[in-house]
Amino acid sequence: MIQEDIVRHGISRLMGLVPTLLMLITIAFFLIRVAPGGPFDSEKPLPPEIRANLDAKYHLDEPLIQQYFRYLGQILVLDFGPSYQYKDWTVNELIARGFPVSLTIGALAMVLAFVLGTLIGITAALRQNSWVDYGAMGFAMLGMSIPNFVIAPALILLLAVNAGWLPAGGWDWSIQRMVLPVITLALPVIAYIARLTRGSMIEVLHSNYIRTARSKGLPKRIVIGRHALKPALLPVISYMGPATAGLITGSVIVEQIYSIPGIGSYFVQGALNRDYTLVMGVVIFYGVIIIVLNFIVDMLYAWLNPRIRYDEGR
Amino acid sequence: MGERQSSPIPNPILEVRDLHVSFDTPDGEVEAVSGLDFELRHGETLAIVGESGSGKSQTALAIMGLLAQNGSAKGSAIFGGQDLMQLSQDELNEVRGREISMIFQDPMTSLNPYLTIEKQMVEVVMHHQRLRKEEARAHAVEMLRAVRIADPEERIRDYPHQYSGGMRQRVLIAMGLLCEPQLLIADEPTTALDVTVQAQITHLIAELREKTSMSIIIITHDLAVVADIADCIIVMYAGQMVECGSARDVFYHPQHPYTQGLLKSVPRLDRVDDDALQAIPGNPPNPVSVPKGCRFRDRCAYAMDVCRDEPPLRTAEGGRASRCVLEIDREDNPP
Amino acid sequence: MRGLFRFSQVLSTDVAADDPFAAALAQEPIKGRSLWADAWHRVLRNRAAVTSGIVMLVMVMLVIFGPMLSEWSGDYTDWDHTSSPPNLETGHWFGTDAVGRDIFVRTLQGGRISLLVGVVATLVSLVIGVSYGAIAGYYGGTTDRLMMRAVDIIYALPFMFFVILLMVVFGRHILLIFVAIGAVNWLDMARIVRGQTLGLKNTEYVEAARACGVGHWAIIRRHIVPNLIGVVIVYVTLTIPQVILVESFLSFLGLGVQEPMSSWGALVNDGAQDMESAPWTLAFPAAFLTITLYCFNYIGDGLRDALDPKDKS
Repeated sequence: MIQEDIVRHGISRLMGLVPTLLMLITIAFFLIRVAPGGPFDSEKPLPPEIRANLDAKYHLDEPLIQQYFRYLGQILVLDFGPSYQYKDWTVNELIARGFPVSLTIGALAMVLAFVLGTLIGITAALRQNSWVDYGAMGFAMLGMSIPNFVIAPALILLLAVNAGWLPAGGWDWSIQRMVLPVITLALPVIAYIARLTRGSMIEVLHSNYIRTARSKGLPKRIVIGRHALKPALLPVISYMGPATAGLITGSVIVEQIYSIPGIGSYFVQGALNRDYTLVMGVVIFYGVIIIVLNFIVDMLYAWLNPRIRYDEGR
Repeated sequence: MGERQSSPIPNPILEVRDLHVSFDTPDGEVEAVSGLDFELRHGETLAIVGESGSGKSQTALAIMGLLAQNGSAKGSAIFGGQDLMQLSQDELNEVRGREISMIFQDPMTSLNPYLTIEKQMVEVVMHHQRLRKEEARAHAVEMLRAVRIADPEERIRDYPHQYSGGMRQRVLIAMGLLCEPQLLIADEPTTALDVTVQAQITHLIAELREKTSMSIIIITHDLAVVADIADCIIVMYAGQMVECGSARDVFYHPQHPYTQGLLKSVPRLDRVDDDALQAIPGNPPNPVSVPKGCRFRDRCAYAMDVCRDEPPLRTAEGGRASRCVLEIDREDNPP
Repeated sequence: MRGLFRFSQVLSTDVAADDPFAAALAQEPIKGRSLWADAWHRVLRNRAAVTSGIVMLVMVMLVIFGPMLSEWSGDYTDWDHTSSPPNLETGHWFGTDAVGRDIFVRTLQGGRISLLVGVVATLVSLVIGVSYGAIAGYYGGTTDRLMMRAVDIIYALPFMFFVILLMVVFGRHILLIFVAIGAVNWLDMARIVRGQTLGLKNTEYVEAARACGVGHWAIIRRHIVPNLIGVVIVYVTLTIPQVILVESFLSFLGLGVQEPMSSWGALVNDGAQDMESAPWTLAFPAAFLTITLYCFNYIGDGLRDALDPKDKS
């Protein structure tokens, strides 16, 4: 019975994804087309015939609406088209190149953020209003307030340049090169999750059902582990959706600073050079990831929270 | 505490002396209970009556060691040869759920919504009595049956939100009874429920009183509930006990003006000629600034100059007491 | 709550002289405080919020008046003192950058831009968000459902990317930055306002007002808006640092305000280039930016705790 409910919930959510996706593609498409200047403007002025040929080859001479539907068709078969900037590459290839890198850093950062953040938050909540609590929350606030492009240089200066422990940037799949980018990326998320967990745990600890658990004479570790932990972590799990979006956003900067060949840097280059297809491809790709992850988080939440399961239409 | 004592249970089962409960608030130190003394005998049902803010709930929470973080309690509460007020939380965990159980006012939020009823009941027995899961489950099912939950074998696997308010309160009572405690404390068990359900719960508690030798403390502001099931009554006002005695005495011969006012204000179906409900005028004192002398002075019809001083606790035989200057008079105020 | 207070005052004006209830009502009530005074007291008790508030005031003063104190201006290149560390004698209190520009003045002027963008873009998102949320919440039903569905859809999109796109597409004009960031940030505000409006719409005093024939606009003005102010203030305070952060991201990537205007983000970018040889070029703008964000977060937090009746301490 539980499985049925979750499946039904899942299907209704999936249906909701389609308009989101469509909107994403549409907005991005028209936005970049509206930009003054096309992809070939920055190079030296081309003779008109070659220009016309290029336009025809990339279908830039067609009416906008036609280009739009052509593009939608391509998307359906997962063809993001050729890159205008890197002439010998298709967007698919570029994304395939950059994604593993971004994924590694992103996933590691996500795991680090969740584990560290919840641990700090729970500890602070259990020692509410003590020095541990104030200290932890103070650090958390700092972590949320220092932009990653301020932390990164600071870390680089301290750990790479001065101490020489870690490399200052670049990428070769070695652990050392992962450390700084992952920490920089994860820090604001660790901070936010710590605060969120602390607040949530405190609220749960004040609830009536925890009072009941205590009145039953259960030892503290059972009260916290069995009764308080799950309800306290639910908001954090909900947050993992937006957290992903945040990590993706942050990765753009982090990849720039540490010279990491991930999708973020492709995006920035593409935006500056008006590489329509590349930009579109990245936006859609990341958009899909965010949407899919939100969906997974949603389902996870429904599975964990018995109340959501049973009353549909929340 | 070790195994259950095989020697006869000492009488009185609970002895509370000079209980003070105060809270550290941003507005200053607030005393919720000021010097409460009472005894509970084995098998007795005691009702603690008073309006909101009288300190009645805090009394129970203090005894159980469940006060909020900013609360502190002084005094003694002797139970089973130990002073509960001196025990650590770990030591109290041996008593709570096993020797003394407490059920609370709001059944809708008192059960963990994320755990099944089964899990929440079984854990009590498994922890305190070291039963295996199957035995514990069987015990829990039987207890649910005893509190009149239909189809307990199936329903025990449900989540709290699948139960109604009245059913949840019954589950909570069942949960409290699992280890056959000597004392059950019920804090406003019927307040949050509909009138018909109230009657059911009150009936259930009355049954417990008849059929078991369990002692019960029931905390309430509802005199109707008290009339049904109490052996003795303590009336609290502004953190103090203002009257106590057997249920019969307090109901038929209330001594303290507050008690008299309370009884007069209960709407009755048989007095048709009354036009207005007789409320006690005024409000209880603000706990932050409790007046000196008799705390009921501002609302009392009999208030005199001498009431500006702390009134004496007048006692009579049979555990009768009244905190008032007026002498205890057995022939006053027929029902 | 304030609506009920007014009704009870109305009711108690004509009560019979010998009515025991009148005596009770006429009694000195427990010395309570109005909702605002209560909230204000709670904020003042929050030391972090108060300290942050004072620091921000100092910051604003510095940013507005500071550059006037220095003898140097932001674009003057002092070739005698390039990349020189902070020095009281030369008047370059925060040092100079690689081309000899005074960091003190540049940092403070950058602050003007960053704070300006913060406030204006927040106002833009405020206007959009409050209107959208209030309309959705007030009219409810299908209108509400559709409008909130749109919000859900937009919320899922990686907005940072869109901001970057917008900047690339339309160029780096400062007005555009206000609009771009504001247009992307209004979603949270809309959701909160809509939630509040829905709740308020169904309260008893609004129902009573409708029963008395009070029109839609009057209700919105008198009952809904005053109760929104608290929530809105909190979110404004929390949005400003977000906006400043987004702007600084843009500037860092080279997509923010155009030269010669400079914001903290751009200054940090510049400073990061020279951070080994001239760390002060990075340190001061970074510190100012971080302190500002830090303080705003604490203030917003403090306001939120003060206005939220549930006491968590």
